[in-house]
Amino acid sequence: MKILVCISNVPDTTSKITFTNDNTAFNSAGVQYIVNPYDEIALSKAIDLAEGGKGSVTVITVGDASTDATIRKALATGADNAIRVNATPRDAWFVANQIAHYAKENNFDLILTGRESIDYNGAQVAGFVASLLNIPSVSISKKLDIDGNTATVEREIEGGKEVLTLNLPAVIGTAEGVAETKIPNMRGIMSARTKPLDVIEPLEVAQLSQIVKFETPEPRGTVTLVDAGDVEKLVALLHEKAKVI
Amino acid sequence: MSILVYVENTDGKFKKSAFEAVSYAKAIANQTQNQVIAISIGNVEEAQLSQLGKYGASKVLSVNTEQLKSFVNQAYAAIIVDASKANDASVVVLSNSFSGKGLAPRIAAKLNAALADGAIELPTINGQNLQVKTGAFSGKAFSFVALTSAIKVIALNPNSFEVKESEVSAAIENYTPSVDASDFSTIVKEIVRATDKISLPEADIVVSAGRGLKGPENWAMIEELANVLGAATACSKPVSDAGWRPHSEHVGQTGIVVSPNLYIAIGISGAIQHLAGVSSSKTIVVINKDPEAPFFKVADYGIIGDAFDVVPKLISALKAYKGL
Ligand SMILES: Cc1cc2nc3c(=O)[nH]c(=O)nc-3n(C[C@H](O)[C@H](O)[C@H](O)COP(=O)(O)OP(=O)(O)OC[C@H]3O[C@@H](n4cnc5c(N)ncnc54)[C@H](O)[C@@H]3O)c2cc1C
Repeated sequence: MKILVCISNVPDTTSKITFTNDNTAFNSAGVQYIVNPYDEIALSKAIDLAEGGKGSVTVITVGDASTDATIRKALATGADNAIRVNATPRDAWFVANQIAHYAKENNFDLILTGRESIDYNGAQVAGFVASLLNIPSVSISKKLDIDGNTATVEREIEGGKEVLTLNLPAVIGTAEGVAETKIPNMRGIMSARTKPLDVIEPLEVAQLSQIVKFETPEPRGTVTLVDAGDVEKLVALLHEKAKVI
Repeated sequence: MSILVYVENTDGKFKKSAFEAVSYAKAIANQTQNQVIAISIGNVEEAQLSQLGKYGASKVLSVNTEQLKSFVNQAYAAIIVDASKANDASVVVLSNSFSGKGLAPRIAAKLNAALADGAIELPTINGQNLQVKTGAFSGKAFSFVALTSAIKVIALNPNSFEVKESEVSAAIENYTPSVDASDFSTIVKEIVRATDKISLPEADIVVSAGRGLKGPENWAMIEELANVLGAATACSKPVSDAGWRPHSEHVGQTGIVVSPNLYIAIGISGAIQHLAGVSSSKTIVVINKDPEAPFFKVADYGIIGDAFDVVPKLISALKAYKGL
């Protein structure tokens, strides 16, 4: 089974988010970049599925050379080879078109993405890629089993879950529950240096949207403390002042 | 031209987020002199369908076939795309629910439309272009996205736009779509729904607890508190990682992002990744025994105290207040 895992290079989860140029650009100064945490789940699942010669795992990322450290981390975790589409990602549509184009020419049985990226929170890439390839997709899966040509997926719905089967090839967006996140070991880190990382040039894609500016939330006011022995006061404040109960 | 809005139902009943989506579509339509057409897929009765008029839909397309009873994003997307073409829709609105997240990109891709997901406010309209405010960096920031394609798709975050009534009466039309067999390679095998549970993304009040609760056996008081308040329950990441609670309750940067009217955090430290998913809550109450817990910095109200002492007292006080 040939598996393609889409990897996004995102600011570390502890990053303080700031902007430059009149709030039109993300300020990456001093920010550590990591494999998107949901993509780590996708990658870990792919490695499990391919284990013991049952398949191969290719990772793909759209990014400039600065993302190489992130790709090497994916290789060290256990991917077999990597593709970097040499472009600064503009939006999810641009990224999805690059991935779909590569996938079309290389016939994967399964394409895994994270359920969303923690920077732009799109949850768009899985659906876009599947639509471009005209194959089924599930955007947020909590469990994934593959049996022959069929994927059984558990998907979250409001107040419950749904179990689905899909024919492969398919695109699945993964969330917690699908796999335990793997971390690279020493052997993985050593072997990652010799694994193939191919750089390919991007396709032209029409631009349909553009982020014109960013904003950070207003700082919240200061806390009103209530004595632990006087919970009635909290109830009264929530009713009379905050008007939320 | 029209604004097409997809309205989601659960077992034949529209969700609150469906009414939010129609109200949102109507507010855009008022500014662009369009009409709002709603499309409903699945077994929904006429009385439910006509309710959509109350929120601004002048026409409701109802697709009600056995084959389309359960959600299959490929087939649903194909139907919504067809309906938007047939009705010359310039904007397609849907809710950024779990299903909506699967649907929105498929619709946008087929319509060659720009997609704004996680919209939290009405767009500003600039000629043919819309500018939409959406959440970014998991609630640590907002982005303003200019949609410049001919057709636009907007997925509205639940709980971000108030349901508004308008005086419109909806004409209901049965709509029989032509769907490709290939759109049905996904098959829904089973749906498990906890009927007594309030859906977390849509909840007005959320009661959330963290590692301070020590173990899963202590969650009864959290559930009781949630019950008294009519709230959904949530937890921090280590709690679901440890299997004390299901992953579907994990809120934060790598969990669900919520924006209820009231978020009560009990025994949660307030790490940056947790705050990312809850900081757009309107009112935040924190109960923590550590006065230095970072959560107090973003709370509106706080109690420094032991959860095992404070929560039972709070339950009694709320019961008394509610006359229970
Ligand atoms: C990549 C990544 C992603 C992450 N994403 C998320 C996320 O989405 N959501 C999330 O929540 N976390 C996330 N985290 C984890 C986050 O960094 C914190 O570890 C987590 O939020 C801490 O959970 P906690 O507050 O429940 O536990 P702790 O940090 O253990 O804090 C427990 C709190 O309970 C208090 N307490 C203890 N006993 C009592 C008592 N008896 N009564 C009252 N208070 C008590 C303590 O004072 C303390 O403040 C992520 C981390 C990483 C690395």
